[in-house]
Amino acid sequence: MSERSNLRLIVLGVLIVSLLGTLVARLSYLQLVAGEEYQAAAANNSTREVLTPAVRGLILDQRGRPLVANRISLVVSIDRLALDREDDEGAATVAGLAEALDITPAQITDRLLPCGQEGAAKPPICWDGSPYQPVPIATDVDPETALAIMERRSEFPSVTAQLESVREYPQPFDANMAHLLGYVGPVSQQQLDAQEDSVDPARLRSRDLIGRNGLESQYDSELRGIPGITSLAIDTAGRVTGTVGESQPVPGNYVVTHIDSRLQAVVEEELEAAVKRARSFGNDGESGAAVVVDVRTGGILAMASYPTYDPDLWVGGISTRDYDRLLESRALSSNAIQGTFPPGSTFKPITTIAAAQEGYDLGGTYDCPSDYEVGSQTFRNFESEGFGPITLQRALEVSCNTVFYRLADEMWLKGGGNAATVESPDPIADAAARFGLGQVTGVDLPGEAPGLVSGRIEKQATWEERRDNWCAEAKEGFPETRAEDVELADYFTALSKENCLDGFRWRNGDAINASIGQGDTAVTPLQMAMVYAAIANGGTLYRPHLAKAILTSSGEVVQEVLPESVGTVGDEASMAFLRDALIGVTVDGTGRSSFEGFPLDQVPVASKTGSAQVFGDVSTISWYTSFAPADDPRYAVVMMVTQGGTGSGTSGPSVRAIYEALFGVNGSSVNPKRSVLIDAAPADQLPVVRPDGTPVVPGLDDAAARLTDDSLAVRR
Amino acid sequence: MSQNDSLTSMSGGGPAASGGQGHRFLGGHAEGRLSYWRRVDWWLVVPALLLSAGSTVFVWSASRADLAPEDDPQYFLVRHVINITIGIGLAFIVSRFNFRLLRAYTPVVYVLSIVGILAVYSPLGLSIAGARAWISLPGGFTIQPSEFAKVALVLGMALILAEKLDAESEPRDRDVFWALVLAAVPIGLVLLQNDTGTALVMSVIAFTMVAVSGARRRWIIGLIAGGVLAAFVAIQLGILRDYQILRLTSFLDPEGESGAAAYNGIQARIAIGNGGMFGRGLFEGPQTQGNFVPVNESDFIFTVIGEEAGFLGALICIGLLGLVLWRGLRIAMNADDLFGRLVATGVLAWLAFQTFENLGMAMGIMPITGVPLPFVSYGGTSMFASWIALGLLVNVKVHTDSNA
Repeated sequence: MSERSNLRLIVLGVLIVSLLGTLVARLSYLQLVAGEEYQAAAANNSTREVLTPAVRGLILDQRGRPLVANRISLVVSIDRLALDREDDEGAATVAGLAEALDITPAQITDRLLPCGQEGAAKPPICWDGSPYQPVPIATDVDPETALAIMERRSEFPSVTAQLESVREYPQPFDANMAHLLGYVGPVSQQQLDAQEDSVDPARLRSRDLIGRNGLESQYDSELRGIPGITSLAIDTAGRVTGTVGESQPVPGNYVVTHIDSRLQAVVEEELEAAVKRARSFGNDGESGAAVVVDVRTGGILAMASYPTYDPDLWVGGISTRDYDRLLESRALSSNAIQGTFPPGSTFKPITTIAAAQEGYDLGGTYDCPSDYEVGSQTFRNFESEGFGPITLQRALEVSCNTVFYRLADEMWLKGGGNAATVESPDPIADAAARFGLGQVTGVDLPGEAPGLVSGRIEKQATWEERRDNWCAEAKEGFPETRAEDVELADYFTALSKENCLDGFRWRNGDAINASIGQGDTAVTPLQMAMVYAAIANGGTLYRPHLAKAILTSSGEVVQEVLPESVGTVGDEASMAFLRDALIGVTVDGTGRSSFEGFPLDQVPVASKTGSAQVFGDVSTISWYTSFAPADDPRYAVVMMVTQGGTGSGTSGPSVRAIYEALFGVNGSSVNPKRSVLIDAAPADQLPVVRPDGTPVVPGLDDAAARLTDDSLAVRR
Repeated sequence: MSQNDSLTSMSGGGPAASGGQGHRFLGGHAEGRLSYWRRVDWWLVVPALLLSAGSTVFVWSASRADLAPEDDPQYFLVRHVINITIGIGLAFIVSRFNFRLLRAYTPVVYVLSIVGILAVYSPLGLSIAGARAWISLPGGFTIQPSEFAKVALVLGMALILAEKLDAESEPRDRDVFWALVLAAVPIGLVLLQNDTGTALVMSVIAFTMVAVSGARRRWIIGLIAGGVLAAFVAIQLGILRDYQILRLTSFLDPEGESGAAAYNGIQARIAIGNGGMFGRGLFEGPQTQGNFVPVNESDFIFTVIGEEAGFLGALICIGLLGLVLWRGLRIAMNADDLFGRLVATGVLAWLAFQTFENLGMAMGIMPITGVPLPFVSYGGTSMFASWIALGLLVNVKVHTDSNA
């Protein structure tokens, strides 16, 4: 045979070897290198998951009373995708279902339209869940109606009626707590998309409900649990060929709060009483807030906002009518953490600390004239009353503005006066920032407002933001106003021109306003509660928190939320001075009228009143800030009512009533057994949850004994 | 010693006994009287036997899932085992065929195979997966004549190319020309039946045989150029239909292609990739049991091996095929006449290309064409043809040793 033939056979052999090598290389790549990728693809290909929803965790108060629980409800839902496939795009189904449920078809179509689509109602009425998730139309449908709907399956092919677990608000002692608890709603498509390709078993799925506000939102990942997953193997035709894996649902964790629902009920009632009191004095009494915190931990024992709403409105989706009413009443946001208001005279302790740090003698004597003149401006004392030379403590007790005006003016001058730059010292703003104002407290609730501290930096920032606007106004000269009132228009124009030119400058008038909590300074009631808690505990500023612990559904502790200090506000001596001065306010100062006859010898109360002016409002904001017992502080109580009148007249009596409930005061007698708190103190132990998930609630007879007691009288 | 002697001695007494004992210490080649059983290349036969034996479990696993619950789950398994048994029997007969008679019968075999291919157009013809390449037989059996035509092609071309007596020089151009004509007839007919895969295998066989025959270089260059030109013209003139082109090219861009061919390719790769190092276990491969890969008992059988036996199993499979090819190459190298060498070369090209094409398509590096995996894929005719091919190799080997 020829050499050529041999050679070509050898070439063939080499070729075969290299082709086999190629095959082995490719095989290694597919199975060893890219194996995981293909394994995931295979799993995705051939399995379908059937979910068993996890029971959402409960939210408990500090004694284990459920604040949010679950109940089973008959829910009628519409599968939108199936509805769209019907001949008339579901018009007949909607009409028929509306009739069966005794509602209008518009109520159903409102619910069905996805948010953002043309003609859709505002969220949360419109559907902001996943398009693949059936839209709940009616909750708590009576069984007869549900049965009637399900018997007409052929008429309503896209409608389902099934038992679902829905949130329930037991409202112990009729405590409302709507702003604290929040509500749940369907998970939105954006939230689902944001998870991308997560394979976390606890990930959100299209049928999930998710916390939309309050604690439900803040602790959603704890509360939600992990659904049980049965993985079914399926073939190309979609037939189930077996079970690949099975996992039991893991119920959501329980959130134990510092809230004492019995105290909360008292606080809510007293806030409402204060608002009504304001109205009885002829004020508008629009809204209010009240906060009770444990000054030793920063735990929020009670927090109320007025007006409020019934959290049950959200269960199964809110109706258009209810939602419009809610919006109109402005009850949706919490005044305690989302509303910001000028603190008025309750700010004075902060100015005091600023002065002390600037070297002013806290024991010194200061003149309290009836007014204080700066250039052409005259700053008056409240009701133009003058007290002559008084101690700083007395100035706080009688809330003498002019003493603080002078302190502010002098500190302003020392800081550089009109020649100062934005970097020049600003002791009052610095002190306010140390007390946590102008920044969020970090409370475990969503949507907290930071408020604002009036000062050099703030003024510069505002000017930079609004300068163009001011300058434009100065140029235009307010033509609309000018048509009616030339003088007023001239005044406005001059003001805008001044602002345009040097609105950045921190003037002594600004410093004077800031010293008494006016001007641009705005705080949330919770921030003020933390300020007074810091004064009470000797200077530690705590991060306020609602959650005390996270428990599993069988009661094991997952996490205990420990007190968290975010800073110190001043030295012990200044704090002691403030405590004494604030006790004086209650004993013989602006707070005296509120605590007339209160056993201050047994339960000393430190407090400060505030009547803050709001531009455009007829009446002042009524503030009452306090802590007690002043000799061994435990609670800080803050209440405010907008358009409420004076601090002592409107809020003071309600704050007193809250202390009466806390300490078991009746008339002039103190009996800790009458306290709304069990053992007259916040719980030092975590509540017990039985292995089956039911929390141990303080004994009924125990509670009954308390209710028949005169503690009820205390609550009223 | 003549072939006649060996034939009688084999058909006579107990083969293993008569061969083994008598010659163990005598030094085989020098004696020149080695029995058939001693001369069989077991490094060739045993891997093929292992491949077929192993294939039964994977065919069983793959086919179980296709069947409705009321069907007999061993339906395909039983038929596969029968096919293998028949195939081994055919190989045995072919391997023991008188070498001279083999040459004599070649024209008959060739004509019969052409008739067989044409019979597809008779009322007995059957069309599967777009290719009219089957004849249905009584009893539910079908045969694919083009598989047998590969045997005829190998023998026919070897006969013509080795016709010239002077073994030291290359075949005459006239012989090469007629050999190519002989190859063109079945290739053309198979192409007309839309059986691109078989046509491709036949073309590779023909090309390789011409090359190894020692034909002048211009034949090689001309064939390559002609092949490229033919492909170009076929695409340009639309002789190849769109779906055929798509099928051939979908492997180049599997993720971007949404056609059925691309889908099959992706599913096949998912199945193999899903096997990982050790596989999912027999009957446990979700891709296999869920029927995501089409015809995974025949053309895509490698996906079952890949998924259920993993990298190790697939490597053993490739290794056994490699052994068969290595021994085939050795036989071709050692053959002492051109006819034997060309037969072995044709068989080698056939098995090698089918192996590479079949595994390559399952792993997405070759276009998807209906080419079975030798000794492994389910399917009567292809199993018979594989074993006949093996029988030819053994025959050449036995003939070579007996001539040494």
